[in-house]
Amino acid sequence: MRILYFAWLRTKIGTSEEELAPPPDVATTGDLITWLRSRGPGYADALANRAVVKVAVNQDYVGLDHPLSPNDEVALFPPVTGG
Amino acid sequence: MAIRVQAEDFDVGAELAALSDGNTAVGGVASFVGLVRDVAGGDAVSAMTLEHYPGMTERQLAAIEAEARTRWPLDAVLIIHRHGRLLPGDRIVLAACASAHRAAAFEACWFLMDWLKTKAPFWKREETADGDRWVSAKEEDEAAADRWHTRTP
Repeated sequence: MRILYFAWLRTKIGTSEEELAPPPDVATTGDLITWLRSRGPGYADALANRAVVKVAVNQDYVGLDHPLSPNDEVALFPPVTGG
Repeated sequence: MAIRVQAEDFDVGAELAALSDGNTAVGGVASFVGLVRDVAGGDAVSAMTLEHYPGMTERQLAAIEAEARTRWPLDAVLIIHRHGRLLPGDRIVLAACASAHRAAAFEACWFLMDWLKTKAPFWKREETADGDRWVSAKEEDEAAADRWHTRTP
């Protein structure tokens, strides 16, 4: 599974992209965030407040109950500030 | 379909002229140009860097354009959004709509900007005298986008 991070999630986690194989009990986007938080202090800090973490799967916005597949591209980022 | 995400500047006059070129059914073109300001939250801003999510950005902007076209009779739509490091006064974004009548052009252009602000995956980082900082999303931007869920033309 390809995981992308943007803006301050990227700087706190320390990478913009990684290829990960979450354990089988990670079934949804919410599960993924919970699992990522256990991977280190940078992850825990970046993902501490789920209310400000937006999730996209395969470049479409999804909620925290969205099911995941091994070949998904998952992106985590803060609320957008373009325009 | 005209969506462009680019580092380069754009020529507003040439872009707007091209929007109605060859289509004499167009009665008006409404546009919005977003610029980098030199102040934010009371602090001087010396530069701004726009990060984006290549692929998803184009996908979301295309979806916003498609939504606008279902709501208003538009002859042409153009969204150009820049990324990279920009200076105060630099152009960030151009949204423009061409239609037979002004109401559709004005409303659709406003809609494009309101939805772009809350859905297109861009993030601004400002450079100030106290260092760099990420720009926070504004609640009023959410409210501005939400009003289009209930308000129909």
